[in-house]
Amino acid sequence: MSEYSNTPKEALFSPQNRKLLTNPLGKDNPINVQVLGICSVLAITVQLRTSIVMAISVVAVMGLANVIISLLRKTIPPRIRIIVQLTVIASLVILVDQVLKAFVYDVSRQLSVFVGLIITNCIIMGRLEAYALNNKPWPSFLDGIGNAFGYGWVLLTVGFFRELFGSGTLMGYQVIPGFLYDLGYENNGFMILPPMALITVGIIIWVHRHRDRSLVDIS
Amino acid sequence: MTNRYVFLYASAMVVVVALVLSSAATLLRPLQERNMRIEKMQNILAAINIPAPRAEAEALFNQYITTAKIVNSRGEEIEGDAFEVELQDEVRKDLADRQLPVFIADVDGEIFYILPIRGNGLWGPIWGYIGLESDLTTIAGANFDHASETPGLGAEIADKPFQEQFTGKRIFDEEGNFRPVRVVKGRAPADDLHAVDGVSGGTITSNGVTNMVRDGLAAYKSYFEKIKTT
Repeated sequence: MSEYSNTPKEALFSPQNRKLLTNPLGKDNPINVQVLGICSVLAITVQLRTSIVMAISVVAVMGLANVIISLLRKTIPPRIRIIVQLTVIASLVILVDQVLKAFVYDVSRQLSVFVGLIITNCIIMGRLEAYALNNKPWPSFLDGIGNAFGYGWVLLTVGFFRELFGSGTLMGYQVIPGFLYDLGYENNGFMILPPMALITVGIIIWVHRHRDRSLVDIS
Repeated sequence: MTNRYVFLYASAMVVVVALVLSSAATLLRPLQERNMRIEKMQNILAAINIPAPRAEAEALFNQYITTAKIVNSRGEEIEGDAFEVELQDEVRKDLADRQLPVFIADVDGEIFYILPIRGNGLWGPIWGYIGLESDLTTIAGANFDHASETPGLGAEIADKPFQEQFTGKRIFDEEGNFRPVRVVKGRAPADDLHAVDGVSGGTITSNGVTNMVRDGLAAYKSYFEKIKTT
């Protein structure tokens, strides 16, 4: 990872730094390529609204956690570094949960236990351990939000299709016109269940690999 | 990095985290409590089938709920603010010492009684409100919620289809004996006025609802008598 480290002269958005932000969206996508953080994708993508809030929460937690760990990286005793990382993540998650409860109570009710599950999202600790612990705050921040965005767009895509085909709505508004139902169209109840999220993710991975052949394992 | 350093580091971290989290909790508390009050109002109104969007919940609550009082298990009225009664504390007390809130709604001249109930599901507490029509026998509507029942199984008690089954059911039989609504495993007989369909895969939660409805309403029996005879 040392080739990414920031020299004082380097611009804020140097090509290397931009890569930190864009790589996780495609080639290094935490869900599609590394297949991390799948559990929350299955759990909270029934509706687009919960997916959006989850994505925003993860962006906030990951960006901040990466910066905090990166700032502390020279002081953290290696023997307890995992505990320190967990404490930082857990505290941020509790903060996010409290803020949601105060300002968007309905959403917080829907996310209920899943907010707490941000703590167990392996992408976050993975980035802390693999990147923030060895790099300066700014690149760490970019790496954090880059991965969170990479996680977020998959989450939103899955949420979009599951709500559209499962409930016929988007963000709670009916989008499939009524006359289609009169013609015999029905919402697919299977889309509401977690297994369908897995299949949707599978299709996204399939399309992704089809378009980027370098990801295909030909060994 | 010596052991001393590790210990000091960990201790300092804990203190800092505790400070940050407790100050955040204290600052946000008033907003959160307001949200919980509004949710409570929404749930009370939902028990008599009045949908209340967040923004209008408080106005609708004040418009429809004309009386809120506390009674005891002998049906006597006691002093206090019914809205502030915490049922989770009350259900732990002896029946005789319990404060039982009653919310009385007037919807265009029709009187409804809304009674809060609380019990245990599979993983944690479940609670809800039962709305009774003015005959104190027919259920106008019911609203349930839960802390941690299994999503897709027991958690279905918080969904409309389950709750709508209660509407029109009765808690007293023809002879006037107390016979609360039970949640039965599988399908309830269509003509049974005292049973509703259980949740598949959520039998323990369903039984929890049965017990909650029975125990919760039984506490009000004397109060019902008193109203019926006067």
